[in-house]
Amino acid sequence: MSDGLLARIQRGEVLLADGAVGSLLLARGLEKGAPPEGINLSAPQVLEEIARLYLEAGADIVQTNTFGASPLKLARYGLAAQTAEINAAAVRAVRRAVNGKAFVSASCGPSGRLLLPYGDIGEDEVRDSFLRQMAALADAGVDALCVETMTDLREARLALEAARRAAPGIPVMATMTFEATPRGFYTVMGDTIMAACRGLSESGADLVGSNCGNGSALMAAIAGEFRKETRLPLVIQSNAGLPELRRGEVHYPETPEQLARAARELRAGGVAVIGGCCGTTPEHTRAMRRALDKVA
Amino acid sequence: MEILKQIARTIEEGDAAAVPRLVGEALAAESSAKAVLDGGLIAGMNAVGEKFRVHEIFLPDVLLAAKAMYAGLDVLKPLLERAGVASRGRVVIGSVQGDLHDIGKNLVGIMLKGAGFEVIDLGSDVSAVGFVAAARSHEARVIGMSALLTTTMPVMKEVVDLLKKENLGGRIKTIIGGAPVSRDYAEEIGADAYGYDCAQAVERVKELAAAS
Repeated sequence: MSDGLLARIQRGEVLLADGAVGSLLLARGLEKGAPPEGINLSAPQVLEEIARLYLEAGADIVQTNTFGASPLKLARYGLAAQTAEINAAAVRAVRRAVNGKAFVSASCGPSGRLLLPYGDIGEDEVRDSFLRQMAALADAGVDALCVETMTDLREARLALEAARRAAPGIPVMATMTFEATPRGFYTVMGDTIMAACRGLSESGADLVGSNCGNGSALMAAIAGEFRKETRLPLVIQSNAGLPELRRGEVHYPETPEQLARAARELRAGGVAVIGGCCGTTPEHTRAMRRALDKVA
Repeated sequence: MEILKQIARTIEEGDAAAVPRLVGEALAAESSAKAVLDGGLIAGMNAVGEKFRVHEIFLPDVLLAAKAMYAGLDVLKPLLERAGVASRGRVVIGSVQGDLHDIGKNLVGIMLKGAGFEVIDLGSDVSAVGFVAAARSHEARVIGMSALLTTTMPVMKEVVDLLKKENLGGRIKTIIGGAPVSRDYAEEIGADAYGYDCAQAVERVKELAAAS
């Protein structure tokens, strides 16, 4: 790919990001309760297979399996010492699969800890944790970093600071998870979309937006709120609806066709990167690809 | 009692420095430790939980209120233990695997202790095997499970199924709760009870323990 991710967005292109990985891992034998990132070392060929599925479905951006690969999160499973290898292995797997035909974006999720005074951890420790993860990702060679599923703006900003320090030349997307309340959209920590736009851009995000927590209808509303608050390019990754239990199995109700329609709406609303989160599959990505390829 | 209402309000405000002092004042004015627990600490946290549920307040407010409540509980704990209410039996509680949220579960734990149960709190992210092994080794009468995420709820069914498989169903009772959990779901998976809120959970556990 000759042009970088930001250059293509600045030209007005809309890029399609991939969908969920966790459910595909479970279907391929990942044990429930095991760290999803353990597979990066034990069976990277599975990650390669999943990345290839999304590439073939038409994704322009394929994410690494590193959502929980910060040392603070890995420490829950006694894997913190392997942070560098776990992140590097995930990047290598996706790079092999996409072979230059899609951008490799590195997923960086929350630390799983609450900052003082509400929780028990200081800002420096959280920033250092992200720094270790992002240095490993940058070394392994990613096209973008994606700070995602954040519900605490302070933590999101620490992650962005780490990204800027560890990987100054790599574009960073930052997305938070909002809930619809009678008074508008808030994260569970009480951050608004307006605050998110200001804080995320101040800390160096190149793209801002939302992922997870909502199906496509509310995500369209969230995108509209973001559009009012910022001139940065937007990224929106919806769930395939909210999970329901059907006969004891977790089920996400929105079909590929529904997400395809939503993708067209998001594009019309000026969103630059459109993708899927929990419950989406390569089938959703394929339908979204077809929808976006149609002339608007 | 004005002082108990003041304690509840101070917990809602998350003022961890003021709560122990007010608890001391209430005790000096001859409120029982149990009355301060129920009418002050738990009443305060119930109000906080309700406001959180309707999005009037956010997680930071709940966390500060919980800290304030624990500060009060530290004062009451030795008194509650000395009061030596005969134990109603042991209850194992935890948030199910994959779920890191434990505020609701912690509240239920505190209220169960207040009601005279011995509580073994396994924390969050507890597996089905973890619940059953702990209940067996502690000879618990009841397992209480909490989930905040729909995606983690199937672990509750795994616990019920595992108890059946090990022929412990009936001897060790199960109760479930949490935001996405419902009475219908409890019936569907064969759990023995469902607690809509903390107070109801404690009442159901009392019934389960008496029946076991």
